[in-house]
Amino acid sequence: MRNEKLDLVTGDFYTQNFQKGARENTLILNMGPQHPSTHGVLRIILELDGEYIVRAEPILGYLHRMHEKMAEVKTLVQYMPNMGRVDYGHPLAWNWAFAGAVERLGGIEVPERAEYLRVISCELNRITSHLLWWGAYILDLGAFTPIMYAFDDRERLLDILQIVTGSRLTYSSFRFGGVCADINDKFKELVNDFIPYMRTRLPMYKGLVTDNIILRKRVEEIGYFSPDMIRRYGATGPVARGSGLAYDVRRAEPYSVYNRFDWKVPVYEKGDAMARYLVRLDEIEQSLNIVEQAMASLPEGKHIVDKAPKYTWKAPKGEAYFAVEGGRGKVGVQVVSDGGKNPYKIKLRAPGFSNLSLFAEASQGTLLADAVAILGSLDLIIPEIDR
Amino acid sequence: MNPIKKFFQTIADLWSLIVGLQITGKYFCQRQVTVHYPRKEIDPEINKTYRGHIELVASPKDPTKPKCISCLMCVSACPSGCITVVKSKPPKLSPEEEQAIKDAEARGEKVKKPSAPKEPAQWKYDFSLCSLCGTCIEACAVDSIQFSNELYVVGTSRNDFKYDLLARLKSQAEKRGPVAESKPEAETKEA
Amino acid sequence: MNGIATELIRIVVGLVAVAAFVGLNGLVLVYAERKGAGHFQRRPGPFEVGPHGVIQPIADALKLIGKQLFTPENADPFLFWLAPLLSFFPVLLLFVPLPFGPVLTVWEVDLGLLLILAFAGINVLALLLAGWASNNKYGLLGAGRAVAQSVAYEIPLLLTVLAIAFQSGTLNLSTIVSQQGSWPWQWNIVTQPLAFIIYLISALGETNRAPFDLPEAESELTAGFHTEYSGMGFGMFFLAEYANMIVVSGVCTALFLGGWKGPFVDGFWWYLVKVYALLGAMIWFRWTYPRVRFDQLLNINWKWLLPLATLNLLGTAFLMKVF
Repeated sequence: MRNEKLDLVTGDFYTQNFQKGARENTLILNMGPQHPSTHGVLRIILELDGEYIVRAEPILGYLHRMHEKMAEVKTLVQYMPNMGRVDYGHPLAWNWAFAGAVERLGGIEVPERAEYLRVISCELNRITSHLLWWGAYILDLGAFTPIMYAFDDRERLLDILQIVTGSRLTYSSFRFGGVCADINDKFKELVNDFIPYMRTRLPMYKGLVTDNIILRKRVEEIGYFSPDMIRRYGATGPVARGSGLAYDVRRAEPYSVYNRFDWKVPVYEKGDAMARYLVRLDEIEQSLNIVEQAMASLPEGKHIVDKAPKYTWKAPKGEAYFAVEGGRGKVGVQVVSDGGKNPYKIKLRAPGFSNLSLFAEASQGTLLADAVAILGSLDLIIPEIDR
Repeated sequence: MNPIKKFFQTIADLWSLIVGLQITGKYFCQRQVTVHYPRKEIDPEINKTYRGHIELVASPKDPTKPKCISCLMCVSACPSGCITVVKSKPPKLSPEEEQAIKDAEARGEKVKKPSAPKEPAQWKYDFSLCSLCGTCIEACAVDSIQFSNELYVVGTSRNDFKYDLLARLKSQAEKRGPVAESKPEAETKEA
Repeated sequence: MNGIATELIRIVVGLVAVAAFVGLNGLVLVYAERKGAGHFQRRPGPFEVGPHGVIQPIADALKLIGKQLFTPENADPFLFWLAPLLSFFPVLLLFVPLPFGPVLTVWEVDLGLLLILAFAGINVLALLLAGWASNNKYGLLGAGRAVAQSVAYEIPLLLTVLAIAFQSGTLNLSTIVSQQGSWPWQWNIVTQPLAFIIYLISALGETNRAPFDLPEAESELTAGFHTEYSGMGFGMFFLAEYANMIVVSGVCTALFLGGWKGPFVDGFWWYLVKVYALLGAMIWFRWTYPRVRFDQLLNINWKWLLPLATLNLLGTAFLMKVF
């Protein structure tokens, strides 16, 4: 783009090199990096014909924090706090993926009670993640009140999680061989209060938002992803389950004690934004089921192994991969160690990155308002995508 | 879909708008859930395990002194480098004492030089860098560090978050008074 | 000669009173909107400035006035600053024929309804200018939406108003009010319930209120046509929006809800109570519903409201002819 007045080429690399479609008389619009509905600093260059999108190109890198590089200059224990900050929505999944990979590498046994505590806190964290998404998504669609109701419930959960993890947002409470703290009576009391309470809230969510005709017209039959598309882009989590692929890491590659509980993997066949929406709301319900069963059958024992690795601990030479089901999909961590103080390389597999890549294809030919609805239905957490 | 069914579907769809109004209207009349912070505070029971900034644990003998033995484990364990511990120097000897030691050494006796006290001279902590991970607490050899439950921390500049934890320990001990139990409740869970 | 002078004085005094009323109402409505939003969302809303935050709107107004007026690069400065003025000042004229009370009307015109409908159209021009002149792509999209929406929603609005005019046989708002009785079953809403609902929906569309706030759809167009405005430029649009809300509620009250007439004692208080009840309902809608999509917005208008309003008008005409 050329500014005639200043005789300068304006715009950055991406604007200058954006490949327009075949159509003429189109408008190039920069959505983001500071746009209310991109949830952070995602930037999308759109080519618009009126309000219809001809071509969309997401651009990443505005929140790149070198998490993978940081791993190479820290010991494994020292890297744990980073895992709470990759994804602020569901940090415990990242905690777990990293701890699991290191435990697999070092052959560390996790006590049974610790596994239960991990399941409980991780599932509660999944509910907070979905509630955050739910509120923000409805906010994208223009209703301001549901996010406050969601945050009311989320605050209760954060209070609960604060007891066991000590913090409210960027948890780094898992340790190699257990978790950092055991639960207390207050935690049990609050969780047992919360589960029936949340079950009474879900019908309210349905009445206020899910059944609302304006919302249904906004999200039904837009942003269709076919199962083939999901496989091509490697999308996971609620996005895949909304398209009829019953892939849940907790079921597909069972880890920890998930097999002991009775729960279902919610799957919807339609593949539109509404299907993904319903999957997430159903997952809240299933997470409540898991937490309820885990609380009831919580075994006695230690919350961490006796000889938990100290910060000077050196992992044996080799590599290990561990994947868990996060709020957005498959969270995987690959740890490569050469036997030294610091890991040789850590690779983080962020589900949001794969999910975002669906956007460019799905948004073609939709309205600008639909693009916002599709983007929201992917449940993107930008720091996780950029890492 | 036949037209009659479609008509009833439309009515049902429009009814959903009324349901939405009913829900927000109901909450309009109900009590608010906000905790008005300066006037009210949340249940302190929840904050018992809150991990605020770190603080030193007083030694059982002297509440103004920390348990710390200046081993610097926490300094090297901290992933963010927010802890600075300065070891105490050996006490300065008067010229007569030095002379005495020299004389003794000259006589071939083994003299025990006065060693530096174990307690740290300075214990500085930069909260603005800290990620509250607890690695220092787990690394500490004598359980001298714990998380405080300080939830309400505000400041107007970066310097407000550079704490001198030795001074903090002293002021805490003074606040508690001499009569109170000298050993503060250590967070056993974290240790 | 004397008669014209008194009329002029009446209009000037009336306009000044209306300007004061609009300004005050802006403050009251901002407070009501924010408090209402707070309570719908189970939080207190503004609370810290003054007891229960009552001084908050004044503080906000002072902040808006104190801000720098900023013209973006490559914008047309004349049109850019004309737009907020053009959006605010014609609104004052709309208050002229509104019957606040039995004698409390600035100027009783026989074509009062027509005057309001004519001058309400200028607002669209202001939004279009604002979006066009600010040299912003979001602003341009917002302006395009504003024009399409306002033009579309004016038609069913007009048709419902016409139905009442058929029924009453006049375009004078004061006369329409005086034809209705004091009790709710004597109001026009009983004979024209469909027209009332269509009017209410179109009024939401006409004033760009949620769920039809597409020209400024925050999550899609950042702020739509007023993206580039700061300080009082934005404040003018803001005031104009609230003033427009009062006008549509005021017309609705006069047409359907018996105006200043009410049970027991007639007077301007009944008018204000009804207007504020309608405004409260508008606030309630805003904090409950998601935003509709643009094609849906136009579909609602062209496929539902317009045919229904036309049928309603024809039915009214038929019944008026028969009886």
